[in-house]
Amino acid sequence: MAGVKLLGFWASPYANRVQIALNLKSISYEYIEQNLRSKSQLLLESNPVHKKVPVLIHGDNPVSESLVILEYIDEVWTQGPSILPSDPHDRAVARFWAAYITDKWYPLISEYRLAEGAEAKAAVKEKILEGVVLLEEAFVTCSQGKGYFGGENIGYIDLVLGSLLGWLRARGETQGITFLDKTKGPELSAWADRFSSHSAVTGVLPTSEKVIEFIKSFTRPN
Amino acid sequence: MSTSDVKLLGRCASPYVNRVQIALNVKSIKYEYLEENLSSKSSLLLNANPVKKKVPVLIHGNRSVSESLVIVQYIDEVWTSGPCILPSDSLDRAEARFWAAYIDDKWFPLATEFKLTRQEEKKLVVKQKIIEGLMLLEEVFVKCSKGKAYFGGDSIGYLDIVLGSFLSWLTAIELTSDVCFLDMTKTPVLVGWSDRFRSNDAVKNIVPGTEKVIELLNVYLKLSSTLKAYAYVFNQTI
Repeated sequence: MAGVKLLGFWASPYANRVQIALNLKSISYEYIEQNLRSKSQLLLESNPVHKKVPVLIHGDNPVSESLVILEYIDEVWTQGPSILPSDPHDRAVARFWAAYITDKWYPLISEYRLAEGAEAKAAVKEKILEGVVLLEEAFVTCSQGKGYFGGENIGYIDLVLGSLLGWLRARGETQGITFLDKTKGPELSAWADRFSSHSAVTGVLPTSEKVIEFIKSFTRPN
Repeated sequence: MSTSDVKLLGRCASPYVNRVQIALNVKSIKYEYLEENLSSKSSLLLNANPVKKKVPVLIHGNRSVSESLVIVQYIDEVWTSGPCILPSDSLDRAEARFWAAYIDDKWFPLATEFKLTRQEEKKLVVKQKIIEGLMLLEEVFVKCSKGKAYFGGDSIGYLDIVLGSFLSWLTAIELTSDVCFLDMTKTPVLVGWSDRFRSNDAVKNIVPGTEKVIELLNVYLKLSSTLKAYAYVFNQTI
């Protein structure tokens, strides 16, 4: 089997989700931490279009974009738990929620931070909480009483949303708000704790403290 | 399954709806097309896509699927007879998905930006980026097509559908802004591909003609000169 390398960055949720997926599948890989302020030749050559992490290098072949990498891993390494469901409609549902989280819901977190004034912030907060209600319903439907969106095991939606937890908590703490509100999303809240303590996740997902420290380090004037 | 088992909720001239129509045609799937009304969304749409309330929505039996690229992949996975839309090799599939994301998230938004930018200097910069993107996609075409007619090889594939659905809009912007993006001197192979794509049987009665698109562009310009008018078409908003 050809070697596997992952170009990542410890604080990148996009890289984290690939690390967790590789762990879930028990795939041995070489992790190469990238310096995003001084990008390596390997990164620039492996992902010339975006010059971003994560990049999975399988043998001689680079694969970029976290969601593309997740599907690639699932298709190539068929042993171990599946990341995507097997039924086409369930796969479509998983892809739908991944797109919703990425394109609609998670951008609201930045929008909240940048909103000026109590009224503007309240308006964004309402949209965030509406999203939490939707994600809660999605969790109940997809999990079918089990612990994860993927059922018994961590799956695609778990990886997409779960990898964001470090940043969600960090941003929440610095702004005095719990984005995954317990009242609006009790199951989701419980899922978040469960996901964070899973053995494939604990060594990967950064704590909110580390993320807060990281945010401070790049906003600190030089 | 009979025709009534497959319905597509759409809006004429939406490139995202067109993608699904083309995919259904490629697979020779019979379906019922239901045009959605701009100002009053049907209860069928609101029930089938309660989260986003947007088209396209594919209704297959009693299940609904939303988001154009999610639907195209669903179609490919369910209807396995007929030509494949995504390649069979995992690395080729990853490449197709990567470039689809590039086209949707990076490249086509430049076209909207170009249309809305007023300053000539900035317009030139955006124009250059659009052309550079097309040159990149030309290299991708050469690699993926392996000398055949389409990104997908002998038949229309995923990237053909993703990029091809935007062609009428690209042409409309070229004509209304007196500019050339798909340039014979810079991307000759893509120019050839775009003609072939538009005249393909699965495409020619689906993708709106340039005149229709210009008409729509002008209507939106009259309605609003802001980003909203373009978001209407380009971001699947009704």
